Amino acid sequence: MSDTIVDASRAATLPGLAELRRVAIVPALNEEHAVAAVVAELRAFDPGMDIVVVDDGSVDRTSAVATASGARVLRLPFNLGIGGAVQTGFRYAYEHGYDLAVRLDGDGQHDARQLGIVIEPVLRGEADIVVGSRFAATGQGYRSSRTRRIGIRLLAWVVSRIVGQRVTDTTSGFQALNREGIALFARDYPHDYPEVEATVMVFRHRLRLREVPVSMRERAGGRSSITALRSIYYMVKVLLAIFVGLFRRNVVPQEDSS
Amino acid sequence: MTPLAVSIVGALASFTLVLVVLELVRSRRLRERYALLWLLTGLTLTALSAWRNGLNTIAGWVGVRGYPPAVLFAVGILFILAVLLHYSTVISRLSDQNVVLAQRLALLEEQLVERATSER
Ligand SMILES: Nc1nc2c(ncn2[C@@H]2O[C@H](COP(=O)(O)OP(=O)(O)OP(=O)(O)O)[C@@H](O)[C@H]2O)c(=O)[nH]1
Ligand SMILES: [Mg+2]
Repeated sequence: MSDTIVDASRAATLPGLAELRRVAIVPALNEEHAVAAVVAELRAFDPGMDIVVVDDGSVDRTSAVATASGARVLRLPFNLGIGGAVQTGFRYAYEHGYDLAVRLDGDGQHDARQLGIVIEPVLRGEADIVVGSRFAATGQGYRSSRTRRIGIRLLAWVVSRIVGQRVTDTTSGFQALNREGIALFARDYPHDYPEVEATVMVFRHRLRLREVPVSMRERAGGRSSITALRSIYYMVKVLLAIFVGLFRRNVVPQEDSS
Repeated sequence: MTPLAVSIVGALASFTLVLVVLELVRSRRLRERYALLWLLTGLTLTALSAWRNGLNTIAGWVGVRGYPPAVLFAVGILFILAVLLHYSTVISRLSDQNVVLAQRLALLEEQLVERATSER
């Protein structure tokens, strides 16, 4: 087994990618200042990748900016929340028969040049879903508020115990999925704060999840949605969902159901 | 003092509420988001029913003499009001969204008809 590290800042260096139908899903809520740069970076990384911006009921010019930058835009009639927004993208990817989907935030925090690292395990057939983690690399920290870091750690610990595999960043929205991953999320995706529950769901459906270390940028503009009060709601809601979810019967994803 | 029977029945009933809510969430008939307030209701009432000294003390604080379980009713009613108010806001949001959906649908339909006639 060769473990060569590919220079993955350009898609052209990834073997096999060009043959796949691939799409980038970019959720955006009021990101008029950031979304154009995200689309441009995606283009630079892989000109052959379709780009779908999901405008989650923005009240600014997000839709117009995204359209002008050449992305396809799914404009939701009102705010669905990040879970519903992202799932719209997965449904699109599923119904249009894409083989590979990547997902990254419309606020510019995820660096499209690192997509290669995230896509690679999917291309090699080693994982169905790959998550870019801020904390997987040792010694390199991501700055965010202390409460939030503690929250992320706690959730990571709970999830790791449940799934029996070390998971370090359960809140990352920087992901790559193969057709099976797309099918699962198109059919069933959690609401509100989806990533943590989605991680558990992936394991319960016996898909293979892999974390790879990435670095993320600080916010480029706009404002974070996560306030102190919301973090409490977040924790309680997610823990309840995970706990109750454990008692649900396991469903195996099927391509034909929707 | 709170009669023992009241405590037992109260605790059982409220705990049943908690279990029912959890089962509804498990079978996906109730979203976590809307379950939280119900769970808080159930757990608070269970705690107040089972913790007899606490109930008596709280009754003392709020000036209920003679029949401490009245506090149980009061708290229960308060929570029901909270749940109802919450649902009123939810319904308001839903009907707003419904209007938007219907309008978008009408506009889309018009576009389709327009396109079909211009193609002929
Ligand atoms: N918060 C929020 N974000 C949404 C929604 N719909 C789409 N998004 C997009 O989802 C992405 C992630 O949202 P953020 O608020 O940045 O969440 P985050 O990256 O975990 O938090 P920060 O580190 O503070 O930026 C952004 O690109 C948003 O534009 C929504 O309803 N709420
Ligand atoms: Mg962000």
